Amino acid sequence: MTAGERTPLLEARGVVKSFGRVRALRGANFTVFPGEVVALVGDNGAGKSTLVKTLAGVHSPDEGQLLVDGEPVDFNSPVDARAHGIEVVYQDLALAAELPPAANLYLGRELMRRGLLGKLGFIDDKAMKRAGDRSFHDLGVRIQDTNAAVAAMSGGQRQGVAVARAVMWADRVVFMDEPTAALGVVQTRNVLDLILRVRERGIAVVLISHNMPEVLEVADRVEVLRLGRRVARFERGNVTMEEIVGAMTGAIEHKENHA
Amino acid sequence: MSAPAESIAAPDDDLDGAQQQPWWAKLVGGSSIWIGLILVGLIAAFAIVEPSSFVSIANARNISTDAAILLVLATGQTFVIITAGIDLSVGSVLVFAGVMSAKAMDWVGGDGTGTIVVGLISALFFGGVWGWVNGFLIAKANITPLIVTLGTFGMALGAALVITGGIDEREIPYDLIDTVGTGRLFGEVPWLVVIALVVAALFGVLLAKTRFGRFTYAVGSNAEAARRAGIGVDRHLIKVYMVAGTLAGLAGWLSLARFGTTTIGGHSTDNLQSITAVVIGGTSLFGGIGSILGTVFGVFIPAVLQNGFVITGVQPFWQQIAVGAVLIAAVYLDQLRRSRNR
Repeated sequence: MTAGERTPLLEARGVVKSFGRVRALRGANFTVFPGEVVALVGDNGAGKSTLVKTLAGVHSPDEGQLLVDGEPVDFNSPVDARAHGIEVVYQDLALAAELPPAANLYLGRELMRRGLLGKLGFIDDKAMKRAGDRSFHDLGVRIQDTNAAVAAMSGGQRQGVAVARAVMWADRVVFMDEPTAALGVVQTRNVLDLILRVRERGIAVVLISHNMPEVLEVADRVEVLRLGRRVARFERGNVTMEEIVGAMTGAIEHKENHA
Repeated sequence: MSAPAESIAAPDDDLDGAQQQPWWAKLVGGSSIWIGLILVGLIAAFAIVEPSSFVSIANARNISTDAAILLVLATGQTFVIITAGIDLSVGSVLVFAGVMSAKAMDWVGGDGTGTIVVGLISALFFGGVWGWVNGFLIAKANITPLIVTLGTFGMALGAALVITGGIDEREIPYDLIDTVGTGRLFGEVPWLVVIALVVAALFGVLLAKTRFGRFTYAVGSNAEAARRAGIGVDRHLIKVYMVAGTLAGLAGWLSLARFGTTTIGGHSTDNLQSITAVVIGGTSLFGGIGSILGTVFGVFIPAVLQNGFVITGVQPFWQQIAVGAVLIAAVYLDQLRRSRNR
């Protein structure tokens, strides 16, 4: 309603994606506006993960259109999505646990030494560690020893490393797939604060979560996916937990069922 | 807009994470340090028991000459094991590359440097080809490294036997034996040892300081994460197995130089010896952890034990028992380290 005036940063229109006989997405729409936290919610099997992977370039849609800043785009690989400033924090975090945090931040995008050494393939670990330490400090991610392997860190710290990596490279959108699912109370609090700090930098955050209180707390908007379609959109403040759950389960039908 | 807000510290993250570790835990964690200490301890022990004959330049030369060719194999094996792989084919590839090198030198004829270089190129090339076969089948056909390299272990040796009819090639240029095989730098350090140490140093730098090395660790630590980070995991695995194959080829050429024959029957346990050395050196069979420095120590521990037992009059068979025990201890410590981190 009120959001209709602005140009969406990232938009999916009528996305269809099947795996064999399973139709994971059946004409799904999804919208992200600049600098907002939008929660993508839905029951298990609603198509959330497939939609995220499509928007991140992991899957290409069978039908439908993706738009960045209103312009149609084709994502054939995660590299294409990244080139548009879109990063994903996967549920499994996708960290190389035996490597230190800075090496993970720059995994596949290493900073090279200057001059001849760089041309010979030498990487600049010191520069990466400096930049990594700064990034952790700015995001409020506390890591005692940034020389230690990620394997030696707690779940919350690992989540922090994964989020810091996404934020370091994203300039538009960061997707976070169930970022608090495996975390304790204090760690969850930290991650939610982290989400808000990311938004402060003008980067939009898409939060995929099952945790309704958490969604209501940090999300500016909520989009509900059910059976491969978007069935409802809510603005912060105009919605109760019952309404969201009702839309997720189909108990409450909304008028948002347009294709 | 940004600065003041950022300075508000986040509440302490949980306290169960990486806290200060006791000194011994750090020693166990920094695996190449403790394994280096074990090596120093062994050398010291033998030196105390038998100072006159163990502590001599001639004996140091013996030990390091025995270890040199294995060090070249183990250097390649280190890369493979860091990717969470294994290469059982190295000894057979050594033999095959040695045979092809001898054939090439025979075909060129003569005894000069040109012939020797042709032999080297041939050995490196055919070693690299077997490495490519290993890497291709592992990365593209998704067959487990254990099975692929067990297969090529048999195939490379079989092919060497087919080509030679099972009879060792003895027509090795004398210049090769005289220089690389038995020659010494400054009249003291055997060229075999110099070459092996230079190879270890170069590949140690490659592993620790370059993007190639970083990818090697990343692939072994979490191949899926590496793939999502845009690293060409399949390509990288093929390259790593080609490194191991090419180094096995180099070892084949060094072996020709040292023994003056293709020693077809003499390398059936090279794979196990190289894996033992790599694992003793602190490289993890689960991938993602390891160093060439550790492998150097891991190569020298069995060599020092063997030599020390002979010199001190202990039955040298004890060496196998001791090496086996050290191997098991090394893997146990690796598991301890990992379980502490999980």
